[in-house]
This record gives sequence, C-alpha cells and structure tokens, in this order.
Amino acid sequence: MQDNLLKIKGLRTYFFTRKGIVKAVDGVDIEAKRGKFTALVGESGCGKSVTGLSIMGLIPSSIGKIVDGEIIFEDKDLTKLSYKEMADLRGRDISMIFQEPMTSLNPVLTIGRQVGEPLRIHSSLSSEEIQERVLSILEMVGIPEPRSRLKSYPHQLSGGMRQRVMIAMAMICQPKLLIADEPTTALDVTIQAQILDLMLNLMKKINTSIILITHDLGVVAEVCDDVNVMYAGNIVEKGDVFKIFDKPSHPYTWGLLRSIPRVKNRSRVRRLYTIKGMVPSLLDPPLGCRFADRCDRASDICRKKEPPFNSIEEGHLVKCWLFA
Amino acid sequence: MEKETIFDDVIRAFKENKTALFGLIVVVILIVLAVFAPYVTPYDPYEMDLNNRFLKPSLEHWFGTDMFGRDLFTRVIYGARISLAIGLIPSLIAVSIGAILGVISGYVGGRLGYWVMRMADVVMAFPSLLLAIVVMYTLGATLFNLFIALSVVGWAGAARVVRSQVLSIKEKEFIEAAKAIGVKDLKIMAKHVFPNCLPSLMVLFTMNIPDAILSEASLSFLGVGAQPPTPSWGLLVSNGKEFLFSAPWVAILPGVAIFITVLAFNFIGDGLRDAIDPYLKG
Repeated sequence: MQDNLLKIKGLRTYFFTRKGIVKAVDGVDIEAKRGKFTALVGESGCGKSVTGLSIMGLIPSSIGKIVDGEIIFEDKDLTKLSYKEMADLRGRDISMIFQEPMTSLNPVLTIGRQVGEPLRIHSSLSSEEIQERVLSILEMVGIPEPRSRLKSYPHQLSGGMRQRVMIAMAMICQPKLLIADEPTTALDVTIQAQILDLMLNLMKKINTSIILITHDLGVVAEVCDDVNVMYAGNIVEKGDVFKIFDKPSHPYTWGLLRSIPRVKNRSRVRRLYTIKGMVPSLLDPPLGCRFADRCDRASDICRKKEPPFNSIEEGHLVKCWLFA
Repeated sequence: MEKETIFDDVIRAFKENKTALFGLIVVVILIVLAVFAPYVTPYDPYEMDLNNRFLKPSLEHWFGTDMFGRDLFTRVIYGARISLAIGLIPSLIAVSIGAILGVISGYVGGRLGYWVMRMADVVMAFPSLLLAIVVMYTLGATLFNLFIALSVVGWAGAARVVRSQVLSIKEKEFIEAAKAIGVKDLKIMAKHVFPNCLPSLMVLFTMNIPDAILSEASLSFLGVGAQPPTPSWGLLVSNGKEFLFSAPWVAILPGVAIFITVLAFNFIGDGLRDAIDPYLKG
C-alpha cells in the first residue's frame, strides 16, 4: 500500500439553514498520498470547496458543522483537535490557497509582512531571518526583484503576481499538505499554466502533497496523479489520472469529458455536449444514486438504492450500479 | 510607485481641497496660540483690574476687557487650550472605545455583539447633551469629569460605524486566508480587521472634535461644565450674555472663536472624508 498523508473517511459536512439541512458533503472518502497531486473535480456547488474547508477546520461554526467522519492527517484526527491545536497546524503543516487572488490578500498590509506572517506565528526566527526566508520564497515563486516588492501593497501587483504571493505565503513554512481551491480559475490561460508549473516545482522541491480543487479537467489531466470526481456531495469515481481519462466509467465522468470543447476535426462542427438537467438540491437529495435523474442509462434500481463503490480495475473505483 | 501608500494618496487629495487646507491652517494657528499663550499676550487671564472694566476693543486690548477688567483676548487664547483639549481627548477616548467594542461586536457577533450594540442604541437614544448633563451633575462639574461625560456620549456612534465595516471586512477572503495560515482570532482582529477600519476611524475622530467642543461650550454655558474663573469659551459667552447690550463684545468675540474653531474642524473632517472616500467604497 502507498503511504497516505491524509485519509478522509465518511466525511459529512452539513449546513443548517432556515430552509433545512443542506448536506453539502455527504459521506466522502478521499486519500492524498505523500508527494502526490490529488485532484477533487466537480461542478459548482458539488461540495468540493466545503471538503477543502472541512480539512482546514474553517467551516463557519455559526451555520455549518462536520457531523460525521474522520479526517486523519498523519496519525491525528483533525475533526477532534481543539481550536488551538488546529490553529497551530494551519499554515505550518496544512496550508490553503484560495480562488480569488484579488481579494485574498489584505489590502492594508505589505507583501513582506503577509508572506512572513506564518513564520512569525509558527517559528521563533528573528525578523532578519524571516526576511531572508521571505526573500528566498518570493524568488522561488518567481516574483522579480523581491527585495523591492517587500514594501509593495497588494493593489500594486497583477492577479498572477498576487497568486504567486499567495502561494509563497502558503508554502513558506514548508507545509506537508497544500489545499489549492481553484487556484487558477480567476487567471487567464497562460498565467494558469505558469502557476500550475510553479506548484508542481514547489511540490517536488519541498516534498509537499497537494489537493487541487477544480472544475477544469484540462488542468487535472496536466498535473494530477490521482483524481476524485465529486457530484452532489458524493465521490462518484476515483482512481489514478490515466485510468480515469482512459476509461471513464461513471456516466457523470463521461458527461464531463464529453462537455469539453475539442479543437480537432474543425470540418465537423457539432454542438457542444451538455449534461441534461440540473444538479439536485442538496436540501433534499434523491433517494438512490444522485445522478440518476440526469443519467441516460439509469434503471429502476438507480432511483431506489444508493450504489456501492465497485472496483473495476486496480485502483479505480466507481459508484454506479452499471458495474455492480 | 515604490512607496506609494493609501495615506500618500489621501494627503494629495487633501492638499487639493482648499477648504480643508484652510481649516487645517486655522487649527494649526490655534494650536500655536494655545501652546505659546504666555508669550503671545502680556496679560494674565485671571488678574482682575477693576479700573478698566468693559474697555472697548483697542490696540492695547484687542478684544477689550470683561466685567472684571480682564483682557478678553488673553482669556480667549487660554480658553483655546481647554477647547482643544476638550475636542481632542474625549474624541480620542470615545473613538478608541467605540473602535474596540465595534471590532469585537462585529467580529465575534453572537450574544456579545448583540448586547454591545443594544448598549450603543441606548446611548444613542438619549439626547446627547442631556446625557452629558446627567453625567456631569452626578460626578460633579470638573474638567476631568467633562472628559468622561463626553466620552460616554461619543463612543456609541463610533462603535456602530466600525461594527458595520467589520461585518463586511470579516467576510473578505483575506480573513479566511489569514485563518488558513494559522492566525488566531484575537490577532486577526488586531492586525487584519482593525487596520482596514483606520481610514474611517480617522474621519470619525475629526468629525467628533467639533461636536465635543460644542458640547463643552453648551455645558459650560449651562453651568455644569467648566467653573469660573476658568476661561472656557462656553463660560465666557455665558458671563458675557448679561452685558449683551452694554458691552456686546464680551459675549460675541468668544462666540466667534467657537464658531471659527468648529468650522475649521468640520472643514478638515469633510476634506478627510472626501479624500478617504474612494477607499471606503472599495
């Protein structure tokens, strides 16, 4: 067996709203292997970001709660840690970068201060040593003239630069796990490629594992080792990236792959494939398979009973009755 | 580009605003006069000279003399010390208390936040002058108690403004990002939320100063503020009102001093708000 850095078992994160309980994450199992790039793919609102926040312990306690499941990081269960233990862990062992580089930096603090902050919290280094570390990490993430950037404010940087700064901030303590919540969504395509490259490089240099949360299968194919496809609060298919792309088995994964526009065969212009219907409401999810209503191949059992995970080849699991 | 900060921008916008600059100049002159009062005038503000009562303004006595023959210009200048102190110190205390309570109430929310805001509502529901009179009456009419009274009156407005700002700031992603690198709540409030409220706190502070000066003048006029023979402006007006027809300058000139000072601070406050406004919006 491969060494799992993070193992999520049966995670259920619910939000208690006025309209009822929203089961945003409903029984999710994910493993992240040491030194690997793990993807969590799914459309908007399928619970992938909530899964990320659950790992960080950042579910706003006023409305949401992890009601069940374990998040085993190394040998600790993160769901059972105290506020202080969790705060000590964040930024040191587990870091997160967010979707919006434009708003994820505090506008009134300088870059130097913000990038150095994790070190000031988690280490006892002197301010000169911290500054040295900040300079070297800024250089590593490809900020030109890092010394003169220390005193810059976020509004003086472009979106791509800010995302680099965010990555620097997340990586400065050399965390064991980095959760990247759609880190490239707000950037244009060329910058996306650079940022992904950067993350791959840092992953190798610092030996960090990354969980990439994204809806972009192109990004997944490019950098990831393992893929988890998520739909309406469940994982529906998981396996290593070659198996998933060679042999997509869950009807939802097919749909996703077919919905990507192709540049080839320009002579035969066809309408872009779309998955019919809409994501079911997580307030009142369907009884059986959650994808059944949108699935071309759904049968009676799909609507009545939740399908189990079936192994179709080694390291490739599908939650679908077609393979039972 | 290198060292440009928000405050550089604000200072530039402020310089272009002529009325605000005028206000600033007036206030600076006033501060200089107040600080160097003994060197500005040869007279003593408390020494009576009953042979020279009610002298008209002249080269020797610029503002004339009052009913005890004291030089009015001297008294007004020494009064500036009190008015400026009254303007600055309670405003600083009020805005500080308001900022702390506002940040806590906005960030922590819940029951604590609820009760802080209800307390603010109670304070704001009272006519502020009446509340100040009550405080002065119970504590006794001294200058120190005047600071307390005006602070008690002023914190609620600041708390409300700060709280509403914090409510929007704490939803911003950089707060979540700060949590994600392990910053604890107390530090987030102090280092991440509070600095974002500073621009509006500066405006609140300057806007509070003229209010405090006016309140002091009103309280002293009514007799529950500074006590004679302190040369407080409100008291000067109050003493002069008896002789409004025979020697009008005794009441009017200190009144003009109040008017100009309050106007100057209001100009500064307005200019500051206009300069900072773009940052408040986004």
